Amino acid sequence: MFDLAGYGPQIFAGTVTTVELSLLSLLVSFAIGLLGATAKLSKSRVLRGIATVYTTIIRGVPDLVLMLLIFYSLQIWINDLTDWLNNLQNSIDFEVSLNPFTSGVITLGFIYGAYFTETFRGAFMAVPRGQLEAARSFGMRPSKVFRRILFPQMMRFALPGLGNNWQVILKATALVSLIGLTDVIKAAQNAGEGTFRVFYFVSIAGLVYLFLTTISNSVLILLDRKYAVGVRKAVL
Amino acid sequence: MIYIIQNYWQAFLYSDGYNMTGLAMTLWLLVISCAIGFCLALPLAIARNARNPAIWGPVWLYTFLFRGTPLYVQLLIIYTGVYGLSFVHNQPMLADFFKKGIDCTILAFCLNTGAYTTEIFAGAIKDTSFGEVDAGRSLGMSKWTLYRRIIIPAALRRALPVYSNEVILMLHATTLAFTATVPDILKVANDAYSATYNPFASFSIAALIYLGISFCLIFTFRKAESHFLAFLKP
Repeated sequence: MFDLAGYGPQIFAGTVTTVELSLLSLLVSFAIGLLGATAKLSKSRVLRGIATVYTTIIRGVPDLVLMLLIFYSLQIWINDLTDWLNNLQNSIDFEVSLNPFTSGVITLGFIYGAYFTETFRGAFMAVPRGQLEAARSFGMRPSKVFRRILFPQMMRFALPGLGNNWQVILKATALVSLIGLTDVIKAAQNAGEGTFRVFYFVSIAGLVYLFLTTISNSVLILLDRKYAVGVRKAVL
Repeated sequence: MIYIIQNYWQAFLYSDGYNMTGLAMTLWLLVISCAIGFCLALPLAIARNARNPAIWGPVWLYTFLFRGTPLYVQLLIIYTGVYGLSFVHNQPMLADFFKKGIDCTILAFCLNTGAYTTEIFAGAIKDTSFGEVDAGRSLGMSKWTLYRRIIIPAALRRALPVYSNEVILMLHATTLAFTATVPDILKVANDAYSATYNPFASFSIAALIYLGISFCLIFTFRKAESHFLAFLKP
């Protein structure tokens, strides 16, 4: 269909990288979001304070700035740490070097964890208290209450926000090519510069993203249907 | 950190001696793209709610394309792609426009924020209760007056909380300008980083400035909400 001038495999590999990066970042930020929401709703003032500072700062600073900040600083901190450890015990000498993929996952997960925290906080609060009290009165342990009662009902309220966040993460992976990851954009740029048809190849990268967002939209509609089972809708 | 502040505070805030840079540039980008995006979005939002598919179809396509792809890709297409096309290259006026990083950046930002704002406003217009429209019509208002007096003011008020979010996201998006060599805050921070090899200090200063702008915007929009949405207060 498209004339890719032999750059097809690279662009495909870049697309796979983009998808992997966004799925892994989604996983990390999902976990951070659950932890953050729990911290924000906990009784401990310290935990609440930490979670509030985290979400306020992360959501107030552009993701690209945070990405560059974390990407360049993280390596320096890790080097300092390993140097310190090496000095501590002279026998072992080891280094950890971060590749753009790992630091992309870490930074995106850390940044969007803040957005997920807010989404989950609202969703946790939307689950009626009586449900949790009923579960507890049945003698369920807290972990079981979370798994059986809180999480399934919370997901229904969280889904629209989650879908939004997912779309934003997917589009934010585009920034990771700026810190040197060979994702679909980088591959398309390379192809464009190799063939002097930048417009054409970058547009193809755009089409790839369009395809991914459209697919995830339909998946979100399906998920919404699954989690809204048993909810009666008003017929207008 | 102190060294960077001493050497770069002017560049971070308003100028590097030749051009507008840093904070001034970021705010300029934000204001111009939000202003043009707003003017673009208002008529498109009305068209988006039209009954004729020939009118809402193209608007839907526009918002679908611009909301479905990352802004970075749009900027790349406009900044690096369009100039390579031969008909642009051969026409002096177009070539002049697409050669400049700042023109391309503003064009990409306007189109991008215009698409998001169109959907926000279209949703708000769609939510207008038909009683208000009926009441306006029964008073003999023409379609133009109905939109000007009833639908648009109410819709803009309802859209304000979501629109404020979009403006803050636009502030975050302006950081991409540095990839098109526009000297905004992040570009200055990047320069400071390459000169000092101190990434944490240089980017932290930029982050603090952005945090400050975000807080100012949030504060302003909260004031505006309590003014324009006063009737919603309990």
